Amino acid sequence: QYVPVKGDHVIGIVTAKAGDVFKLDVGGSEPAALSYLAFEGATKRNRPNVQVGDLIYGQFLVANKDMEPEMVCIDSSGKSSGMGIIGQDGFLFKVSLGLIRKLLAPKCEIIQELSQLYPFELVLGMNGRIWVKAKTVQQTLIIVNILEACEYMTAEQRRQALAKFLGK
Amino acid sequence: FMQRGLDSQTKKQLEEEEKKIISEEHWYLDVPDLKEKESCIIEERSFIPCEDLVYGRMSFKGFNPEIEKLMIQMNSKCKEEEIEVDDKMEADVSDEEMARRYETLVGTIGKKFLRKRDQRVLKDDDEDDAVDEDRNSNIIPSKKAKKMFLKPQD
Repeated sequence: QYVPVKGDHVIGIVTAKAGDVFKLDVGGSEPAALSYLAFEGATKRNRPNVQVGDLIYGQFLVANKDMEPEMVCIDSSGKSSGMGIIGQDGFLFKVSLGLIRKLLAPKCEIIQELSQLYPFELVLGMNGRIWVKAKTVQQTLIIVNILEACEYMTAEQRRQALAKFLGK
Repeated sequence: FMQRGLDSQTKKQLEEEEKKIISEEHWYLDVPDLKEKESCIIEERSFIPCEDLVYGRMSFKGFNPEIEKLMIQMNSKCKEEEIEVDDKMEADVSDEEMARRYETLVGTIGKKFLRKRDQRVLKDDDEDDAVDEDRNSNIIPSKKAKKMFLKPQD
């Protein structure tokens, strides 16, 4: 179970739109709130195009046990720096929080090995959600399966599995 | 007689007794005040700084060039701090360059004022300029010397 922490980058799913505020499901005990002004270049007239069911990568502005967590898609300096609506296509799946920690470690072998396979895009949320996008559906599913299985495979098994794909 | 006064006195006594009873009922600490220790413990709920985790958005083999630029930026933030320290050291070395440039600046500004007089000198060689003697007297021989120096080449 994920506990929202201030400053954490997470992937959220928009569940409701209540006036000027979006409700995001973050995998915690409460839905997080995201204001439409918390995007780069957003003004009252220039609203971001967010629909229910969209994926959003943002960080927590406020996250304590007494209050509803609040998210923003903007830096302290006002730049989006990669945060915001995650584009079309791609695949979202859940893994354990421990695996995310492993994957985000400074020199992660899993990611280094995967990056040599073929071009793809990866977004890791600290709430246990991973979003993958590759050129074909097959490639995307391969990456998903490898990442899910990485939790229980040893390094050797992983290299064997990857070698099969490199051979293909 | 004194009943009203007595009444007020008894009332006051009664009030005082009530206050005593109430204050005795209040619990208070008999322990000497403990010094407030500054807590040496800082609570950190996120483990991003603990393990120095990388930014969560990544792209490989040029799938999304903007995110690849971001990756370089984010990961070089750690190195940028080191680079800033080095820049400060280099700034000390460039003081010499600053001094040299300052000297040339003075020279160029000085030439600005000389040029007009040089033009006058060039136009009217015969006239004696009494106004600014030193510079002109220094320049004329030097220029003539230069001109003289050129002649053998011709």
